[in-house]
This record gives sequence, C-alpha cells and structure tokens, in this order.
Amino acid sequence: MNTIATLRIGEIGYISEESLDVIPLKLLEMGCLPGAEVELIQQAPLKDPIYICVNGSHLAIRKETAAIIQILKSEI
Amino acid sequence: MSKNDIKIALIGNPNTGKTSLFNQLTGLNQKVGNYPGVTVDKKLGKSKLSATQNAIITDLPGTYSINPTSLDESIVLKTLLKKDIKESPDVILVVADVENLKRNLLLFSQIKDLEIPTVLAINMVDQMTRKGISIDLSLLKKELNTEVVLISARKNEGIKEVKEAIIRCHVAAKASPLCGINSKIDPDYFENLKKISPNYSLYELWLMVTQNNYPDTITKEEKEKLLAFKQDVPKLKKYQHKETIYRYQEINKILKKTYIVDKSKAKDLRSRLDKIFTHKIFGYAIFFVILLIIFQSIFDIASVPMDFIDGIFAELSNFTRNSLPEGVFTDLLSEGIIPGIGGVVIFIPQIAILFLFVAILEETGYMSRVVFLMDKIMRRFGMNGKSVIPLISGTACAIPAIMATRTISSWKERLITILVTPFTTCSARLPVYAILIALIIPDTKILGFLNLQGLVLLLLYALGFASAILGAYILNKTLKIKSRSFFVVEMPNYKLPSFKNVFYEVVEKTKAFVFGAGKIILALSVILWFLASNGGDEFKNAEQTVIAKVENQNLNQEEIQQRIASTKLEKSYIGMLGKSIEPAIKPLGYDWKIGIALITSFAAREVFVGTLATIYSVQADDEDTTTIKQKMASEINPDTGKKRFNFPVGMSLMVFYAFAMQCMATLAIVKRETKTWKWPLIQLFGMAFLAYVSSLLTYQILS
Repeated sequence: MNTIATLRIGEIGYISEESLDVIPLKLLEMGCLPGAEVELIQQAPLKDPIYICVNGSHLAIRKETAAIIQILKSEI
Repeated sequence: MSKNDIKIALIGNPNTGKTSLFNQLTGLNQKVGNYPGVTVDKKLGKSKLSATQNAIITDLPGTYSINPTSLDESIVLKTLLKKDIKESPDVILVVADVENLKRNLLLFSQIKDLEIPTVLAINMVDQMTRKGISIDLSLLKKELNTEVVLISARKNEGIKEVKEAIIRCHVAAKASPLCGINSKIDPDYFENLKKISPNYSLYELWLMVTQNNYPDTITKEEKEKLLAFKQDVPKLKKYQHKETIYRYQEINKILKKTYIVDKSKAKDLRSRLDKIFTHKIFGYAIFFVILLIIFQSIFDIASVPMDFIDGIFAELSNFTRNSLPEGVFTDLLSEGIIPGIGGVVIFIPQIAILFLFVAILEETGYMSRVVFLMDKIMRRFGMNGKSVIPLISGTACAIPAIMATRTISSWKERLITILVTPFTTCSARLPVYAILIALIIPDTKILGFLNLQGLVLLLLYALGFASAILGAYILNKTLKIKSRSFFVVEMPNYKLPSFKNVFYEVVEKTKAFVFGAGKIILALSVILWFLASNGGDEFKNAEQTVIAKVENQNLNQEEIQQRIASTKLEKSYIGMLGKSIEPAIKPLGYDWKIGIALITSFAAREVFVGTLATIYSVQADDEDTTTIKQKMASEINPDTGKKRFNFPVGMSLMVFYAFAMQCMATLAIVKRETKTWKWPLIQLFGMAFLAYVSSLLTYQILS
C-alpha cells in the first residue's frame, strides 16, 4: 500500500479518496484533501518528521500520520 | 474606549503578516491585557480609521480554522462565540496571504458563516507579479459577498483602503453566510439544529455542538437541546470532514473564476534555502552556530548596559539615603524598593537581546525549520520539536518561555515542557554563579586559551540543559497522561525580518516581563526589608550590647557600625529564620547566614547576592560585586578557622542553585498555564528535593 510515508524525496503522489475518513481534520483544513497532489520535499534525520508540499501548503508532519494517508501514484 | 469605537478582531492563518498589519494600523498605541475569564495575554491597539471614527483592534493568535487544537487557537473560537456586547467584535478583519489564498479562504468561509460583518485583506500583493499571480478583484468581491482589499502591510500599501472598507462594512446591513453548510451535508439534521434558537446563526450553533464551547448568553434549555445533537460522535466527525471538503469545493469554484497562477514563475529561492537549512548535517551545524551567537551576545553585549544599570541603581540608593531625612520611609526606599526594582531592571538587556533573536528567527521563518529538525530527537524525551523554543527562551527567563508552550497541541508534551523549562539556566542564576565562580575557581587559562572560570560557567549551562532533558525523559516514563499527540507545522516562506515588527515584539515582551516579574520581586523586597529590619528585644538592644562588648577592642567607628549591623541581622526575624533552618543545611556546608540567603532567594534567585551583601554588612554599595566578593572571601568558618566559601561550599551552592525552583514568578505562571496548583507544587518540591540531595552529595564528596 502506498502512503505519504512511502514517498521518496522529490516524488509526487495523489491522496486517495479512501483516506477521507482517516485524515485528521486539522490536515484536511490545511489542504490535505482527497485528490490533492503531495510532494515529499525533505526528511528530517531518522526519516521523521517529513516535509511535504500539498495543495500549495508546505507542511511538516510526523511519519505516523503520513503512514495512514493512502496515495495513488497517478492522478485520479 | 469610547462607545462609538468600532471593535475589530484581527484573524488569520499564521505567517500571513497579520502582525505587520496590526502594527501598521495601531503603531505604538498597543497594549497587552488579559482576556477576561481566560488567563491568556491579548494584544489590543487603537487605530484612527477616519477623522471621526476610531477603532479598537484585537490581535488574535494565528489559526488555520476555528476548530481549535491548541490553546492559542481556542482563544479565537472563544472570542468569536462571545455574545457579550462589550466583548464581541463588530467587524472581523481576516488577513490572507496571496500565495496561499485557497487555504486562507477556508478560515474566511468559516468566519463569514458566523454572519458577522467581515473584511478580507489579501496581503503581500507586492509579490504577485514575481509569483505569476493575478486576481480579478471586483469579481472576487462579488463572489465572496464581502469587502476585499489588496494590501502589502510591510510596504504600508493599502492600509487606507482597509480602514475605509471597515467603515463601509460596519454601517452595511447584517452579513450573510458564504457557504451555507446545511444543504450539502444533511439538510434535516441542520434544519433541526437551526430551530433551537433564532439568536444564533446556524454555524454558531454547529460550533457549539462540535467544539463543546458555549457563549455565556445561552440558556439552560438551549444548551440541553444542543447536547442531544452531539451524541453520535463518529457522525459529528464525519460531518466535520464533509464540511471541510464542501468548503474547499466552494472555494475552488470561486478561485477558478478569479485567481490565476502561472506555475512556471512560482519556482523560487525557498527550495534552495530549505536544502541547506533542513540538511541532515549542515542543518544542525547552522543551528548550533546560531545558538552560539545568541549565547555570546546575551553575555558579551548585555554586560555593558547591565553594569551601567547596576551602577545607576546603586547611586540612586545612595542618593536617597543621603538626601532624604533619616527614617523608616527612607530606609524602605533605599534598602527595599530601589534595590528591588534594580534587581528586575538589570535583566532587561539580556532579556531584550534574547527576544530580539527569537523574534528575528521567527520572522524569517527559520524557527519552523528548527522545529522540523528537532522533533524526532525531542520526542524521545516526551516533548516535541516546538519544545525547542521554550528551552532556548528559558536561558533568558522561564516566564516567557513557559508562555511559549501554548502552541504545543499535545497536553502531555506541553506539560512536560512546562515542567522542565525551569532547569535551563536562566539569567537570574548568572549573578549567583558569577560571584561563586569568582570566589572558588582560579582565574587561569587551560591549554593556553580557555578561561577556566568561563569553562565552569559553560558546564553549569550544560548541566541545566542536561537536567531538563533527563527530567523530561523521567516524566515521560512516569506521567500517565493520555494525550493525542498530533503534530503539524507549516514551513513558511523565508522572509527578511521587518524592523518594525521585531522592534514592537521586543518592546512588548520585555515590558510584559518587567511588569509581570517586577510586581512580585518588588513586593518581596519590601517584605524582606521588613523582616530584616525588625526583630524582638535582642534586636532592639543590639546597639548597646555591641558597644558594651567592643569597648576595649579599639575599633574605629566604621567597624563598630558593621558589628551592629551584623548583630541586628542575626537578631532580626529573618535572622531567626536562618538560625532555625541551620541544622537542615549544615550537611550541605552552609551556615545560618547562607540560610537566610537561601530563604530570601526562594522568591527569585538573584536576591541571593543582594542578601549576602546585606548580611556581610556591606553598607556602602549594595550591588558592587567586588566589595561583596571581598567580604565573602574574608568570611571565616568559626568551626574550622578557614574560609567559609571554600571549594566544596561554593560547588554545593552552585549545584543547589542549578536545580532548586527558586522563582515565585515562574510558579505563578505555571499555575496560570496549567490551571491548578498541583503542577507548580510538584515542581517546587521535586526540584527542592533534587537540589538538596545533589548539593549534599557534592559537598560530602568534595570535602
């Protein structure tokens, strides 16, 4: 299963519709919507937290959160 | 505040330049107050909108939505739900960043649904051409059904237009909702919710249900009806998710017509800077260098103005003593109040410099990168990346540092950060360390260039950080608090700091420190002065007893006066107190005189030096450390006939001051931030115990 946590630096994915119910409300509000493009920009040492760009927002989130958000490798 | 003043609430996402706009609108007409009922600071400012119209602007903490996850954010919700005429805003001014307009409009759409007149200010429009953005302003106004103004707060552009829009908005009819959440999610559910009360907008009622936050005006009956709507929690969550998606859909529709970005122009400096600042090795190296620069400045640059302030207060105290008629009031002024105020004012340079650096780091956007780099490391100790800021700030003063924990959303992580922050070596410990190091550590160089005294001071700072980290680790293992730890940090664009913003920030925070800590220290100095200048019969007869005793000793007048002062102190209330705790502190190497200093400096550590100054009857210059130092150096321990402040005693004292929670102001702040006496008391006794045991070990091993 592909999640935001499995992205490599520079790689792009699209948040899947199935993730809607598991994405924390806060992240939804910050632009992590189903269908949105996510790019992994940087990983902190020990690969956590990660720095992503989603829907124009640049966010740092922890890996445990990233691991529950499913992505598709191509646009829906 | 006059009745006709418009009350404006300033709301926006973090990093949208909200504070810049606030500073432009209000200038120096700002003040910090408390939110009634919520003991959290709020920033207010007066603004002249037109020749005849003034406004009171409240700057609210930055937030991404009105569904709060941290203390800072919950303030926004509380202000908006207030129905108190005096408190509730007449107009809301939402600030958005032109580059993140979509996300910013989410907050705007929520606010608009509250049906309060709203003005949208789109900030940083000077960047539009460079980023390839264009906006159809008149269409956007129509689509959003609100006043929209393009501004550049840093360049002071569009401020006049914002003021005009506020006035127009204020006189216009009642605002209408933007999204109308009801129809798309569950029409029946929301129709029933709306029936509860016509006094509130539908969105207000929905927020009461989801946020469990009710305005004071709500009746018991209404509240009971609302409670019925929140029984099905999973359903509520689902509806909130649906609501957010729906809002974004509406926003996308509007932006499609009005907002165009040419993505080919959007690539910028940020990614290159991020590669360096968040790099696995360089990132830490840069952070370490910045820390080093901050510490060097705090101690090197600050020492000049500190000595200057020190001198002024000593002069002032002397001047009062010499020029006012002798009496109790003069004594109170020259020995209690003036040194008391001096003890606070002397820390202004250090604190201002620290705030200056913290403000610059935050303004530039660098702080978020530090949070990103440090999160995983801090998490092992039960804190999170955001805890780095309080721990750094703690080296100036624990009070603002503890207030800086409000952005941490997990209660457990926040509590641990609050509890361990007082371990970091604050500036009040510095005078204590400085004098003790000067007494017991020789002023020699090791390896030819390292100053041994400086090295010991550095070790004491390291001890502070190490104990904070270790304390956090132990608390993390022992505290049984279930707390959702949700972590998300926005990485803002890099910006050059605005001089105005940094300046206001430093002035305001320093002011808050001086008046906050100042009151307590001042009150305590008066109490101390009273306890030290009053006593029983033996105190009153001290003069005769001493004169009778020294009759044949051939002492000059000055020496006799000093003997009298010492005897008086011994027999004063505070002296009696010192004697009574002597048995407990003897194993640490201390006598009753040091005991007095321990008791008095319980209120604030820096009082230690001043108290010793009084105890060793230095009458001329209370704050002059060379004379205090000489007195302390020549003080003899009657049991051994050797120096009182020898190496083991000095080390034991420094260890004591490194660990003991000797700061009433911090205890008060912890009480305020945790809303219970439990945590400050645990902190007080836990740290006192640790201090006692470690100084005991230090003294016993070294002697």
